[in-house]
Amino acid sequence: MPTYFIRRVLAAIPVMLVVAVFVFLLLRLTPGDPAAILAGDMATPDQLEKIRTSLGLNEPVYVQFTRWIGGLLQGDFGTSLISNTPVIDLVADRMWPTIWIALITITLSVIVAVPMGVLAAWKHRSWVDHAVMTFSVLGFSVPVFVIGYLLIKLFALDLGWLPVQGYIAPSQDFAAFAARAVLPALTLASIYIALIARMTRASLLDVLGEDYVRTARAKGLTERRVLFRHALRNAAVPVMTVIGTGFALLISGVVVTESVFNIPGLGRLTVDSIFARDYPVIQALILLTSGVYVGVNLIIDLSYSLLDPRIRY
Amino acid sequence: MAETTQRAAFPIRTSFITEKVGIAPMIAAVVLLLIVLAAIFAPLIAPHDPIYQNPIMRLKPPSAEYPLGTDNYGRDLLSRVIWGARVSLLIGIGVTVMAVVVGLLIGLVSGYIRLADAIIMRVMDGLMAMPSVLLAIAIVSLIGASIWTVMAAITIPEIPRVVRLVRSIVLSAREEPYVEAAISLGTSMPRILWRHLMPNTFAPLTVQATYVCASAILTEAILSFLGAGVSTETPTWGNIMAEARVYFRLKPELIFWPGMALSLCILSINLLGDAARDILDPRMNKREA
Repeated sequence: MPTYFIRRVLAAIPVMLVVAVFVFLLLRLTPGDPAAILAGDMATPDQLEKIRTSLGLNEPVYVQFTRWIGGLLQGDFGTSLISNTPVIDLVADRMWPTIWIALITITLSVIVAVPMGVLAAWKHRSWVDHAVMTFSVLGFSVPVFVIGYLLIKLFALDLGWLPVQGYIAPSQDFAAFAARAVLPALTLASIYIALIARMTRASLLDVLGEDYVRTARAKGLTERRVLFRHALRNAAVPVMTVIGTGFALLISGVVVTESVFNIPGLGRLTVDSIFARDYPVIQALILLTSGVYVGVNLIIDLSYSLLDPRIRY
Repeated sequence: MAETTQRAAFPIRTSFITEKVGIAPMIAAVVLLLIVLAAIFAPLIAPHDPIYQNPIMRLKPPSAEYPLGTDNYGRDLLSRVIWGARVSLLIGIGVTVMAVVVGLLIGLVSGYIRLADAIIMRVMDGLMAMPSVLLAIAIVSLIGASIWTVMAAITIPEIPRVVRLVRSIVLSAREEPYVEAAISLGTSMPRILWRHLMPNTFAPLTVQATYVCASAILTEAILSFLGAGVSTETPTWGNIMAEARVYFRLKPELIFWPGMALSLCILSINLLGDAARDILDPRMNKREA
């Protein structure tokens, strides 16, 4: 186990290196002068020079790269071209709304989707199964922002149950935070629920055909015990995997959802940075989100052996 | 004689398809066909010029002249939604073709040449770790938003999924006796890849292509919606919704009609993909359905 653990952690390093190289080269390989691209058409020579020194564009490429990587390893993600503040401070400032919404979304999705998938597999080919599958296809197909606006229209504008937009920190006023977090979390959860429910159903259907499930039923165990103790535990690994890979969808979804609901999180920061052409911020956000994605999947990989004692490394 | 056999064969084939995939893919095919036709014949069927601004007619409710009403510049919403299908479908098809061709070539090489495989798969892992929307946004914001950059920006994050699929098929197919036979006969490597290994990938790739297409259309709409897509002067479903955000309380239809068109389009493609999977590869169905 410890050797596997170390091997697996080390394997994440080349992945992150590829991300770093890609993000680094993206700006340098873009046709034209990178400084001019970032500064826009109205830039003065002074501004261009400032961007060049700020990004070290006057140095040879390999010097730029080693200096940049060195900075990253020391936690220096660069400086915003617009506000001149370190990117890491901007991120620290904006990350909590995103983290809260993401945590609520993941919890909600797992709580809703796993029972949906179990029910669909248990009542295979019944109307419940069809309903779950229909929901799942819809969840994949209806874009996040369309769902968001539908929910706003229904629950905030027509019924008036919830506020339309905005964000209030939970430490400030928890009830107000919760009221504003419901719709964004539901919006984001739609695609995640679709994904997890579909995988739970498929995985459980496979397992329900196994001999040990027949044995469990034959020896007179209650259906609940068969489903949850014997079947679901064995079906859990693919479900965990899809929760990890689905994290990428969640990150993309956050950017859109925060725009729809006017939440001042990392997604808004991304969109603001696009309009401001603040490339150091975009670059750092890609690196950070990729890092989170790789980290989450690493943890999930390592947790397989906890879920399934047969998996030994 | 020939006629009777044909008549006998036909019902068997159709019943086989309806029994296996149900009615939903048929409806999906019809809906998608309608969207494609609307895109092709947009200049003929759209009642108005989609970019003609008529300030007197701002934000009007549906009428005989403007069946879905008008937007904040007095442009006809129906015409804009019809024209919007063009960009979505163009991007969907373009990205699918590019991602499948590039992914197929890289995947074949990766599956067959061990040394290349190690490097290629690390690069693909890295690409997959980057959230596709963020990556596309970064590319578009650097190079500038034209339909071609948007297409390229959406293609890059789609490639790894195709590569992984092709590679896994090649990895299992290369152990087959017919490949060993080809090797022992001295067949050249490009020929083995092209003639013996590539045909194995066609059925799974067809299925994957539908998902790539749906995902590309979705990403394009997200980019447009966030303001990082093709120029706002071009009517796309994402652009129409982005502009309508400010007027959402006043006129939610401005978001719902393009949103509906977009959702129906993606839904149809996904349903056709599921049907293709059921027909082409029953084993894959069992694993992933």
